[in-house]
Amino acid sequence: MVSRKVSRRRFVAGTTAVSTALVAAPFVRGAYAAGKLTLGLWDHWVPGANKTSEALIREWADKEKVEVTIDYITSQGNKLLLTIAAEAQAKSGHDMLSMAHWLPARYPDQLVAMNDIVEPLIKQNGAPNGTVEYLGKVNGKWLGVPCTIGSQIKGPCSRIDLMKQHAGIDVQAMYPVGAPPKADGWTLDAFLKAAEACQKANHPFGIGLGTTSDSVDTAGAFFHSFGAELVNAKGDITVKSDNVRKALDYCKRLTGFLPEDAPSWDDASNNKWLVSGRGALIMNPPSAWAVAKRDAPKVAEQCWSHGFPSGPAGRFAPYIPFFWNVWTFSKNASAAKSLLVHLSSRTSAEKLVVASGGYDLPAWEKFTDFKTWAEEAPPKGTLYHYPNPYNHQKLSIAASPAPHKIAEQIYTQGIMPQMIVRHHKGEAMEKTLDWASREIEGFMRN
Amino acid sequence: MADIAARGPAAVTGDSRSGLHKLMQRKSTIAFLMALPLIVLILSLVAYPAGYAIYLAMLNKGMTRFVGLGNFDFLFGRETFWMVVYQSCLFAITAVIFKAIIGFVVAHFVHNIPSKGQRKWRGMLLVPWVIPPAMSTLAWLWLFDPSYSAFNWILANFGIDRVPWLGETGWARFSVILVNVWIGAPFFMIMYLAALKSVPEQLYEAASIDGATWWQRIWYVTLPMMRNIIAITALFSLIVTFANFDIVRVLTKGDPLNTTHVFATWAFRVGIESGDIPLGSAVSLFMVPILAVAATFILRDISKRGSEV
Repeated sequence: MVSRKVSRRRFVAGTTAVSTALVAAPFVRGAYAAGKLTLGLWDHWVPGANKTSEALIREWADKEKVEVTIDYITSQGNKLLLTIAAEAQAKSGHDMLSMAHWLPARYPDQLVAMNDIVEPLIKQNGAPNGTVEYLGKVNGKWLGVPCTIGSQIKGPCSRIDLMKQHAGIDVQAMYPVGAPPKADGWTLDAFLKAAEACQKANHPFGIGLGTTSDSVDTAGAFFHSFGAELVNAKGDITVKSDNVRKALDYCKRLTGFLPEDAPSWDDASNNKWLVSGRGALIMNPPSAWAVAKRDAPKVAEQCWSHGFPSGPAGRFAPYIPFFWNVWTFSKNASAAKSLLVHLSSRTSAEKLVVASGGYDLPAWEKFTDFKTWAEEAPPKGTLYHYPNPYNHQKLSIAASPAPHKIAEQIYTQGIMPQMIVRHHKGEAMEKTLDWASREIEGFMRN
Repeated sequence: MADIAARGPAAVTGDSRSGLHKLMQRKSTIAFLMALPLIVLILSLVAYPAGYAIYLAMLNKGMTRFVGLGNFDFLFGRETFWMVVYQSCLFAITAVIFKAIIGFVVAHFVHNIPSKGQRKWRGMLLVPWVIPPAMSTLAWLWLFDPSYSAFNWILANFGIDRVPWLGETGWARFSVILVNVWIGAPFFMIMYLAALKSVPEQLYEAASIDGATWWQRIWYVTLPMMRNIIAITALFSLIVTFANFDIVRVLTKGDPLNTTHVFATWAFRVGIESGDIPLGSAVSLFMVPILAVAATFILRDISKRGSEV
């Protein structure tokens, strides 16, 4: 065996030569020097909207030399939800995913804290609304960045002609273009009278009472309008309160003026109801109007998006925010954060809003004045009040302010619409409240 | 010991080689090796997920600690869960009974069609079974649509009141069972048709000579000859129907008031939509004992008849 001893002098000479060669070598920046990033974004239903988000991301990726892969994942058939659940279990998958409402709070320990970028963004763009903070910030940690794509208010979209003709309400005068709402008279009582009048005229309001999101969101806003909480912020069950009784009684009366089959409606039913020309009002973002623009232009010309009626506890609009979230298993969280800052700029947000035809709502306070909402037509200005520009209603989510893990189950299992249907079908108020209490008790387990 | 030592290592190697050779030549070894890919597939796609589901069902909601049978204990105290148990049994048993009856009757009709045109009828009758259920259920959803039901439009033309197909508990349960029967009856039909074709014609001839009526021929010849296939088909269908997800999910999503949920849809609602995966796993595993009891009775009956023969 040949043995070769390396002397100290020889070692120093060798390492010096290698070091010199390395330092002297020119720095070659690769095309993707800053690594890779895989994104799972919500597949937008508006044709062309994905192209805009992709262009914005590519623009950033080219500048930052990051290799980006984008998967647009549909929420149809809960595919996005299933992807999130699978990646959370496997602790592997996309670096960044879009998550709606309750999902960030479902995985608080698996998501990267975003405080370092959200706090400067708040200074730059204005504060996000309270519901965004309730859903996205847990124990002082921002679990994601409020996302423009997909965030929506599910307020009333009324038929101008039918509301005027049958209920004597001029929704355009109540919510004029370019001016603050003159909606003091737009109360729950006025809403109930209008619902009755339109039902008598065979154009009932199209509000679902199933257990899907649209039904739950609307029921939640009615409950909030009465200050009715099923579970309070501390986690105590407060079902048997006067406010809940008042809300339930109101909703029971309203149900009498809704289509008979409302308990079996899903999230498509109200859209069809408006587009078919049968409904005088639905609770929805402008997607139904956008479909009407394509399929039933005469109906679209008569649509007006506006604020929710006010109740004893105030004016609350149903609101669903999306977030951009980065998993802790991501190997390029810093690049993801850089991208999110880029997507949260005013220019990017405006491009996304324009691409979605005004459907997407940035959560930031200073971003409710984009021209799109004033210019979208027909009729011109139909979306002017959609982003709540005068902040005259509180954006809310059903089941808040309960702790997230309880609220999520109240929401996904549609407890509020179920209470309304039970009571409407003749079940005694106290029996319905007992049922709801028992159901919610089951959600308290850890 | 001395003998082994005398033969040396080479002799031992030769023995083991011939032993391996013999092992490889055994039919059971070859059968095992040929079945190995399937065994691996079943272990990875069936046994592992099943074991993992059992493990998940024994964790707390946050999946941070082991709770044993705590989730099952919790479920036993929930009225919604018992409603789901009732609905799953109602859905599966009613659907299987109707599928069996319809399949039996239609199989007889097809069996009596001259063989020249029979293939065409067989093909057409199998269509509901070969269309992906999610797609055909979507078509049914449009027929039952709360507001624009095609059925209601037809009823209205005859001056009959609209039916809340999916809006009221009774009608909604009827609708999901109807769609399941529509999709599943062709499977029974084809199985029964195959069984009918294997009944020896001589038995019917003998029965005719004895003066048996058509009903007696069915009761004393057809049914006894088809008993095993009826039992196996019913068991198979019961398992598949109990585990059904797509029909209820597409048609009603468990509404109204959770009165059409079956185990699979309720497990999805609780586990995936509500974020309680351990409880969802526990709900889905609840099908196992019910189906195990049904399988035990049916298979025991079949093997008893087999040994009698």
